[in-house]
Amino acid sequence: MNRNWKERISPTVNAIPPSGIRRFFDIAAEMEDVVSLGVGEPDFVTPWSIRESCVYGLEQGYTSYTANRGLLELREEIVRLQQRRFGLEYNAAENVLVTVGVSEALDLAMRAILCPGDEVLIPEPCYVSYGACAALAGGKAVPVPARIENEFRITPEDLEAHLTPRTKILLIGYPNNPTGAVMSRRELVAIADFAEKHDLIVISDEIYGDLTYGGEDHVCFAALPGMQERTILLNGFSKAYAMTGWRIGYALANPTIIAAMTKIHQYTMLCAPITAQIAGVEALRHGEKYMKKMVAEYDKRRRLIYDGLTKMGLECFEPKGAFYIFPSIRSTGYTSEEFAEKLLMTEHVALVPGNAFGACGEGYIRCSYATSVDKISEALARIEHFLQNHPK
Amino acid sequence: MRELLELLEHDARRPADELAAMLHRSEYEVQQQINQLEKDKIILSYNTLINWEKFGDNTVTSIIEVNLTPEREVGFDAIAERIYRFDEVRTVYLMSGSFDLLVIIEGKSLQDVANFVATRLSTIEGVTATRSHFMLKPYKKDGVIIDNKEHDRRLVVTP
Repeated sequence: MNRNWKERISPTVNAIPPSGIRRFFDIAAEMEDVVSLGVGEPDFVTPWSIRESCVYGLEQGYTSYTANRGLLELREEIVRLQQRRFGLEYNAAENVLVTVGVSEALDLAMRAILCPGDEVLIPEPCYVSYGACAALAGGKAVPVPARIENEFRITPEDLEAHLTPRTKILLIGYPNNPTGAVMSRRELVAIADFAEKHDLIVISDEIYGDLTYGGEDHVCFAALPGMQERTILLNGFSKAYAMTGWRIGYALANPTIIAAMTKIHQYTMLCAPITAQIAGVEALRHGEKYMKKMVAEYDKRRRLIYDGLTKMGLECFEPKGAFYIFPSIRSTGYTSEEFAEKLLMTEHVALVPGNAFGACGEGYIRCSYATSVDKISEALARIEHFLQNHPK
Repeated sequence: MRELLELLEHDARRPADELAAMLHRSEYEVQQQINQLEKDKIILSYNTLINWEKFGDNTVTSIIEVNLTPEREVGFDAIAERIYRFDEVRTVYLMSGSFDLLVIIEGKSLQDVANFVATRLSTIEGVTATRSHFMLKPYKKDGVIIDNKEHDRRLVVTP
């Protein structure tokens, strides 16, 4: 049978490009002595007290479904956290949905809101799934390039230039993957005014919200004046508590939106895994001290890698959040992909070309410092060796 | 200062330039601080944690509970001093509870340790009783898991 199966796949899916990270993964996975700055997750294992609570839960027989919206206990802890951290008032019964990671929450939010042809403003560089999620939900992703002069923070003027009558959602993700940029309160207030003026729904992916450095605390978009009602706040446990593989996150929004998202969630996912939800309760109740320790550790690595890259002449701004640094490699004459591939082949250092995170990421590379100090030092030495020995 | 101490406590061999970068300070400044901390005896020594069992040594470690009769004026301090001056003694703590000093000693053999307790430790004036426990297997020492099976299980490149 010689059917063209590609023709039978949905055109929407066919139109989505495969992730630009995949190719590098395939090459790097084969190498033995590779030092990777390409990993978008913590190098810490989930703190033992969180793992232990899950083991205990299993021993006690917690193996069933939970409520669609998640364990009430967990939703209450999530609500308490927002209160404690940002002074936000949510109701555990109607404002919270526990999801299978922020990824699911993002997908649900898009599908719950977008009509065919609706547009989503997506500041780039950004996490790889934003555009794809919008397209899969029938919407149209409209990339808004953030500018390096502005350290990859977005301004209302940047957004204004891409606004159309079909614009329905603004999707922001700060602290940012891949750039490490954070937005100050003043800058976010300007974005809030823009959202208000054009009556946009804002999806704010704050998964890196606990990972900020240099004294400036994270500003939650929903906590800005007048923003709570129009904001779908996404967060989870993956980055702050080193729980990526548990697949657990949550969405906070107004009751109508949460009800709509829950409708999709109940038919497609039913509920997030109960084991991860139990672990999530423990993380929010007793995990803060472990999280703070990890953040302090990332901070030291951040300074080390910033110092190292700057000293070897790669232009970059000092990242203030997440665990990424986004140096420019323009001075080398290579494109992002050439640089990443050549560095991998000759020095066995894996990192991710900036254009994987949007066209405006061309000329940059993403280095993750969620790896040990020894490995960072080794990677820096190899990159320096590469720059000296492989000029274009 | 605390950050510097924490870094050194974790890895004393970290070069000064790396420490400086991680702490956002100059190398000179970091070196000065280390010198001062050494001078003030806040940094006492730089040791290496060695898995001697793995190396093949069969040293015997004994944890000994010691009861004392405190002396007027100096309390337990004078006796503790008499005990900790022995090279065999690795650790001495004054304790609350059913005994007074916790003494950890290391010897080449069981005999060696037994000898030390019988002839040296028990005979010190003021020592009224000793109870020795022999260490069978170390699992974790000074915050380090001896046989750590956890390793980086992450994929090499992820978004």
